[in-house]
Amino acid sequence: MTRGSVIAVLLATVVFMAVPWIVPGNFYINMASQVLIYALFALSLNLMLGYGGMVSLGHAAYLGVAGYTCILLVTAGYNQLTAAVVAVLFSTAFAGVFGVLSLRAPGLGFIMITLAIGQIVWGIAYRANALTGGDNGMSFPARPMPFGFDIQDAKNFYYFTLIVFAIAFFFLWRFSHSPFGASLKGTKEQPRRMRMLGHNVWLIQLLTFVMAGFWASIASVLYVYYNLFLSPHALALQQSAEILLMAILGGATSLTGPIVGALIITLIKNVISTYVERWNSLLGVIFVVVIIFMPYGLVPGCKQLWKRLQSRGKNSAPARTSSEPTE
Amino acid sequence: MQGQFWIIQTLNSVAFGGLLFMLSSGFSLIFGLMRIPNLAHGGFFMLGAYLGYSLLIRGVNFWVAALLGGLAVGLLGVVIERFIIHPSNRILLAIGSFLDAVIFRPLGLRAFSGAWRGMIARFRGLAGNEQGQVLMTLGVSFIVADVCLLIWTGDPMTLPAPPALRRPLFIGGYSFPTYRLVVLGVALVAAACLYLLMERTRLGAMIRAGVDDREMARGCGIPVSRLFTIVFLLGATLAGIGGVLGGPILNAYPGLDTDMLPLALIVVILGGAGSLLGAFVGSFVVGFLYNFGIALVPDLAYFVLFLPMVLVLMFLPQGLFGRVQL
Repeated sequence: MTRGSVIAVLLATVVFMAVPWIVPGNFYINMASQVLIYALFALSLNLMLGYGGMVSLGHAAYLGVAGYTCILLVTAGYNQLTAAVVAVLFSTAFAGVFGVLSLRAPGLGFIMITLAIGQIVWGIAYRANALTGGDNGMSFPARPMPFGFDIQDAKNFYYFTLIVFAIAFFFLWRFSHSPFGASLKGTKEQPRRMRMLGHNVWLIQLLTFVMAGFWASIASVLYVYYNLFLSPHALALQQSAEILLMAILGGATSLTGPIVGALIITLIKNVISTYVERWNSLLGVIFVVVIIFMPYGLVPGCKQLWKRLQSRGKNSAPARTSSEPTE
Repeated sequence: MQGQFWIIQTLNSVAFGGLLFMLSSGFSLIFGLMRIPNLAHGGFFMLGAYLGYSLLIRGVNFWVAALLGGLAVGLLGVVIERFIIHPSNRILLAIGSFLDAVIFRPLGLRAFSGAWRGMIARFRGLAGNEQGQVLMTLGVSFIVADVCLLIWTGDPMTLPAPPALRRPLFIGGYSFPTYRLVVLGVALVAAACLYLLMERTRLGAMIRAGVDDREMARGCGIPVSRLFTIVFLLGATLAGIGGVLGGPILNAYPGLDTDMLPLALIVVILGGAGSLLGAFVGSFVVGFLYNFGIALVPDLAYFVLFLPMVLVLMFLPQGLFGRVQL
């Protein structure tokens, strides 16, 4: 880690810790929790998208599998910890099946299969009235008390989410800088060469898929804790598309990008929907604009711009020195 | 009574299969040729249904409404293909110089105008970025769905079937819903026309060549990018006509697009992309499974679709009759 990144991490920590004091009122603290939950969704998707080049439109399926499992177990009388653990494990196992099926098609068929499976999960949640309550959704009895702490009120819940998010972020950061992360990037850029070098491309992609599923499941459980309610609308195609847009808007090739994307999209969504009802159109327009004009996203785009500005400032100086013979 | 149930459900299934064929044959051809799943296809279907409704309540003849609705959706498809998915530099330059003449010149922003022109000249759009093109169709589908919601509100609307076809046929003591038989007939005619188009005409031969090997077709002098537009027109028109025809059975409602799109995807996954026969067989398989699933095990209707998809993906990843790798 360079000194710059240490400072950045410390600064980010301070800002994130201070959010409940900066923003006015519980409404905004709750929105901050929402941003963190969506950021975790976007980061998990980004693992596949940014590092592995796999575009999934079925990410909201985890919300269904993990969310409904958690709710059903708690309402059936199991304790909160068991419910959460079982929900995450079951949903991760589902990610394994999901991954095996989706990875049958390389490239754009992958999008189709993930979309189809995501919609099938939605359809089951919507139709299986006896199990999921269908369109009416299900409510979650109460938030848990992790280690005896009460996370009922907005501020405490924000800190709880922040802790989970920080752990997840650390793991994802470690992952992206690990040899496995490097080989994943290799499978994105040059799958054939990676195969020639003896890497099992399919296995690398599948493991990434499962890991993304794991973190998405954690985010799903947080989502259920936050909303205390789950209905099929939460796992519709629109949800998957929003998560995907967050990752792309912020910049899929960076770790900070999805967080920025989640922040922007959640703010726009909350602010806009208090004034107009046309959120879907706006979502579509943002999609089109981002993909045409910022295919690499905000964070890498800004970095590039920053570098260009810096080099423009320096250009005049090195130009003179470079004309002299070096050494 | 039992016999009646099976007759009705079977007819429902084949009629639904026919509608699915109208939807998925275009989807499959677009995927085969352009290698991108057009995620706005469900939106085209829904838009067709709504346009049909608006035409019908103004007293337009049903079949004329179906044709007009289909053509309108087809034109929208062409606009989307030409301007958004494959924006050519010529079109962009035209738009750019128009904006230039209207906004920047009158304001005296000389420097800005130059930068703007340079930006457009260098702009490559989504050329080669197929992933971006898919996401673009997704964005378009959201816009289409929301505009439909804005115009036609959220209430479900039933399209009136042609009066002559509303009364069921009675044969041998059983009643047959006439309209569903007619929908099946139209779908079969459409399938036959598409078959003749693809197998017996020069255009069809060019499309097949493009599906099999796009670069080689280009090398032989086939205008592949014009084929893109033609196939998009064809696919969107078929989806639009399918929407109008499906209106009396399915109704037009917000969410019709996301209900139909996954079914089209499953048809293509089962039947294989780029193949008419695959779309045909897949449509009727999905039609039967979905309809009987809803009638017999309503809670698990979607799960019934999931199983054959799993089997095909595991053992025949190209689909039953696929010409193209998914």
